[in-house]
Amino acid sequence: MIKSLQARNAPLADTGYQLTVLTEAEAAGARLPAFGQKLRETGLLPLRPTALQTMQINVGRMCNQVCKHCHVDAGPDRKEIMTRETMQLCLDALAQTDIAVVDLTGGAPEMNPDFRWLVEQISALGRRTIVRCNLTIIVANKQYHDLPEFFARHQVLVVSSLPHFSAGRTDAQRGEGVFEKSIRALKMLNSVGYGQPESGLLLDLVYNPSGAFLPGSQAGLEREFKQRLGREFGIVFNSLLTITNLPVSRFLDYLLESGNYEKYMQQLVDAYNPTAAANVMCRSTLSIGWDGQLYDCDFNQQLDLLVGGAAPKHIRDFDEARLHDRNIVINQHCYGCTAGAGSSCGGATT
Amino acid sequence: MDSTYYNPADLAKFGNITEWQPEMGNKFFAYYAEVFKEGALTEREKALIALAVAHAVQCPYCIDAYTTDSLQKGADEAQMMEAVHVAAAIKGGAALVHGVQMMNKAKEMSM
Repeated sequence: MIKSLQARNAPLADTGYQLTVLTEAEAAGARLPAFGQKLRETGLLPLRPTALQTMQINVGRMCNQVCKHCHVDAGPDRKEIMTRETMQLCLDALAQTDIAVVDLTGGAPEMNPDFRWLVEQISALGRRTIVRCNLTIIVANKQYHDLPEFFARHQVLVVSSLPHFSAGRTDAQRGEGVFEKSIRALKMLNSVGYGQPESGLLLDLVYNPSGAFLPGSQAGLEREFKQRLGREFGIVFNSLLTITNLPVSRFLDYLLESGNYEKYMQQLVDAYNPTAAANVMCRSTLSIGWDGQLYDCDFNQQLDLLVGGAAPKHIRDFDEARLHDRNIVINQHCYGCTAGAGSSCGGATT
Repeated sequence: MDSTYYNPADLAKFGNITEWQPEMGNKFFAYYAEVFKEGALTEREKALIALAVAHAVQCPYCIDAYTTDSLQKGADEAQMMEAVHVAAAIKGGAALVHGVQMMNKAKEMSM
């Protein structure tokens, strides 16, 4: 298993250094235009929020996996997790809004000891939970084996990463043996009804490219995945969401180490899509960090880029109107969400 | 003059061929785009065919472009290498099948 950047004391564990890398090419007069310049040309600068639809809570960086592309730099060594007190502040804020969906991410969110309590409280408020489940957590330890039943009881929408229908490409990104465990976990989810027609239990898969290239067509890949996973393993799921890897944390490290950084950034810039730019998820999402701090998205969160201007910076000071009246913080990594068909936690945006 | 015939940066300039003959160039690119759309074959299948042909015609630009495209369309290493073997089998077979012609000629000339 590889180690997190933090465990390796790698320079990129410092988010300030990541931002220097991302902006350096621009400062050196390289070909990459500033993201803000592109937005200006599209008439989207400053980037402003639309109606708030999703509260995304990162309940901690602890994870049983150490994926090569992880923008959170998550892993078993990361101990930063959200306390029940901070979760309560999130719930208090949620209760003041009409937000229908709470998106729980991590790390492996299920490793937070208060994860189940949080899901129960969200259900009690009549809101829907999305869990970004890495699949292997379900089979990692006996205490997690009943997660499929727990998810089903609360009608949780399960969104799970499976970068390829072949073991080789999946394990190359997510670690040795991850594919086999993911298949076992998917079968467990299917057996309680997830992904089955008419069950009302939704199981979506996330496709991230295993390398320095953009995802192909979401519809085409979904057909391929359904065919292959169905034929070879008897697995069913609802939708495939294609997500572009953003040059943040361990994926940035991979790009630099493999000599792909400049070419990849150029690909993102060349594929800039104004429609995708108008549909970026940060406009309708509020991202909350493990310590309660507020961000425009989970990528900004991992770069320590707090919400800008006079907007409240912590969930204890939540104020929807003041948050709505803010300019979204942007940087060069944002090109990842505007390339090609666009990318968000919900997949392609065009 | 560059020291090699092939420059990777030239791939991105492919579209420039329309500068000296816009009508034909534009028609070619419109046709090209149509060919690679999903139809009776999926986009992934077309990318793999293109990858195989790229090896058969030994075009470095095409190998670069269709390795990337195959990965983007969801192909894995095994599929890509099998596609290259298809190209190799046809190229090898095309040489070997002419062995029959050689045999015919040799038999014709021999006692």
